[in-house]
Amino acid sequence: MKRLKLAFGLALILLLSPSATTAQSPEEKGLAIAREADKRDTGFGDFTANMQMILMNKHGQKSERKIRIRTLEVKEDGDKSLTIFDTPRDIKGTAFLSFTHKVGDDDQWLYLPALKRVKRISSRNKSGSFMGSEFSYEDIASQEVEKYIYKWVRDEEYESRECFVVEYYPVDKKNSGYTKHVTWLDKKEYRMWKVEYFDRKNSLLKTLTSTNYRRYLDKYWRPDQMYMVNHQSGKSTRLIMSNYKFRTGLKDSDFNQNSLRRVR
Amino acid sequence: MRVTVVGTTLFAMLCLFSTPVKGLANELSGYVAAEGRYFFYDTLFDEQEKNSGSFAFQPEYYHEWEDSSAFLFVPFGRLDSADSQRSHFDIRELNYLWPTEDWELRLGVGKVFWGVTEFVHLIDIVNQTDLVENIDGEDKLGQPMAHLSVPRDWGVWDVFLLPYFRERTFPGRKGRLRHALVVDTDHPTYESDDEEHHLDFAVRYSHTVGDWDFGIYHFVGTGREPTLLPGVDMKGRPVLIPYYEQINQTGLDLQLVAGQWLWKLESLYRTGQRNDFFASIGGIEYTFVGIAETSMDLGVIGEYAYDERRDNATTVYENDAMFGLRLAVNDAESSELLAGLIQDLDSPARALSVEASRRIGSNWKLFLQAWGFFDSPSDDLLYNVRDDDFLQIELAYYF
Repeated sequence: MKRLKLAFGLALILLLSPSATTAQSPEEKGLAIAREADKRDTGFGDFTANMQMILMNKHGQKSERKIRIRTLEVKEDGDKSLTIFDTPRDIKGTAFLSFTHKVGDDDQWLYLPALKRVKRISSRNKSGSFMGSEFSYEDIASQEVEKYIYKWVRDEEYESRECFVVEYYPVDKKNSGYTKHVTWLDKKEYRMWKVEYFDRKNSLLKTLTSTNYRRYLDKYWRPDQMYMVNHQSGKSTRLIMSNYKFRTGLKDSDFNQNSLRRVR
Repeated sequence: MRVTVVGTTLFAMLCLFSTPVKGLANELSGYVAAEGRYFFYDTLFDEQEKNSGSFAFQPEYYHEWEDSSAFLFVPFGRLDSADSQRSHFDIRELNYLWPTEDWELRLGVGKVFWGVTEFVHLIDIVNQTDLVENIDGEDKLGQPMAHLSVPRDWGVWDVFLLPYFRERTFPGRKGRLRHALVVDTDHPTYESDDEEHHLDFAVRYSHTVGDWDFGIYHFVGTGREPTLLPGVDMKGRPVLIPYYEQINQTGLDLQLVAGQWLWKLESLYRTGQRNDFFASIGGIEYTFVGIAETSMDLGVIGEYAYDERRDNATTVYENDAMFGLRLAVNDAESSELLAGLIQDLDSPARALSVEASRRIGSNWKLFLQAWGFFDSPSDDLLYNVRDDDFLQIELAYYF
C-alpha cells in the first residue's frame, strides 16, 4: 500500500511538472527541429530542376551561368546529385557528381568534356568556391542531420512568420569554412528562410535568404530564389530555380561515372 | 573520306527522322579560334618558318531522342600559316549512342580517355595523339569504334572493337617543334599486312571502392606510338619513317583520395616493340583552399615518370620528375594558371610550361601558353627543340 502510494505520488509529480518530461536542453531542441525538418523532406524520391546562377561583383558587374541539377534520395545515406553546366559556353557539358554521406567524407567527381576526363576530387575542400560563386561546396551539398551539432537559440518572428532560430555547428570542424551558421526555420513548415554563416574567426561572412517557396507533391517545399551575400568581399550570387520536377524516375544508374561521361 | 560520306548520310537520315523531344533536340554548339605562336629564337633547320598564325573551328551537333539514344557529330579543322601538316581536318566524333538499362553501345567515331596523372597521359591508348595540335599530347584524333559499356554494382566493363587505325600527326618541314628530320606521314609502315585496317581490341574493367578509383585494361593491336626509322622520301630526301608494330599492352590506373591528398599511379607493360618494357608514372596532388584569405585555390602537383627503356624510350619521360602549381582564382571569369617544371634526372635537361586562361564576357576565352626548353644534351629527344621556346596566344569564341 505504501509502495503504491509512493508510485502514485511520483506519477502525480511527473504529471504536474511538464518540465520533467518535455523540457529539453537547447541542444536537444535544436536537434529535434533539424530532425523534424529532415523528416518532412524525406520520401521525395528524386527531382530535377533548372538553375540560373547570377554572380555579381562589388562593382555590380553580372555574370550568368545556366545549370541543371538532378538529385536522387538515398535511403539511410546522403543524396546523390549531378550538376550539369550549360553556360558559359566554354564550360558547357562540365558536370559534377556528388555522393553525400551522413558520416565521413563525401565522394565527388568532376567531368571535363574537352578531355573526356572524369576526375575524382577531394571532398575535403568544403570551403572552396563552387564554380566561382559565393556558394561553397558545403553550402550546396545535401544537408544531412548527422553533419552538424545543433543548438536552439530562440524563437523569433522573421518576415511575419514564427521561426525557430537554430545554430548549426559543423561536425567536421577541420575542413568546414565555418564555426557555425545560424538558421531561421518557420515553425509551421520547417522551411529555411535565412542562414547567417560565420567564418573561422567567428565573424559574419555570408547571409543566405530564400524566397518564393513552392510546394511540390503536396509536401516538399523548394524556394524559387536563393540569394547569398558575402559581407566581407561585397560579392553576391543569386540562384533562380525553375522547372522543378519530382519523381521523374531517376535511378542509381543515372549517377555513376558512365552517366557522367554521357551527360549533355 | 569514307567516314565523311557515311557520316553525311547518317546525319541527313537523323535530321529527317528527328522529332521534337524532351531531350536536347538539334543542339548546335562549338567554338572558333584564332591562334598565334611566337618563337623567341631563330629556326634551327632550313625550311622552318619562325612564327605562325592559325584558325581553328570545332562545331558540335547533338541530338537526343525520347529514349535517351543520341547522335553526336564533332568535326575539327585548322588552317596554319606555316605548317601544311598542322593545317588539317579531322572528325573528332561522329557516333550514335544506344543506352539501355543494363548496357550502352556507342557506334562510330568516338573519343575515350583513361588516366589519372597530370603531366603525362601514359596509359591512354584508344585515341591517337594529334601531336601537331599541342605538344602536351592532350589533343586526340577521332577513333572509329564499337564500344560496349556494361556498368554493374561491382564495376564497369568496357569492350572496344577498333576497326581502323589512325596515324599520329607530326609537324611538317616548315613547322617547328619537330625532329631534325621530318616524319614522313604520307608513307607509314606497319607490321601487320592489314596495315591501318587491322582490327584492334581492348577491354577494361574499372571500379570505385570507397576512396579508391581504379581501372585495368588490356589492348591488342596496332601500337599508337610509332618507332621512327631513318629512310628517304619520294624526292630522295632523308626522313623518318613511322613504323607501327603490333603490340600487347596491359595498363593500370589507380587513384586514392586520402583527405586533401590525391595519390595517383599509372603503369603499363608493353610487348611487341623492340624490347618488352614496363613504364609508370606516379604522383600526388594537394589543394590549399582559400589561400591568403581570398577565394583562390592553389593545387600543388608532384609526379615522377619512369620508362624501363631509359635512353631508348620513344618518350621524353623516362626518368623525370615533374612539379606543378595550379591556381584557380574562382572569379566570374574562371581565371586559371598552371605552371609546370619537367626535370630529367639523368641530365640537366628540363622544360618549363605555363598555361593560363580567362573568360572575356560570356562567349570569349583567352588562352596563353608558353614553353621553354633548357640544357638538353645532344642525345636527348628535346635537343631538336632546344631553340623552340615559344609563347602561344589563342582567342576563342564559344557558341
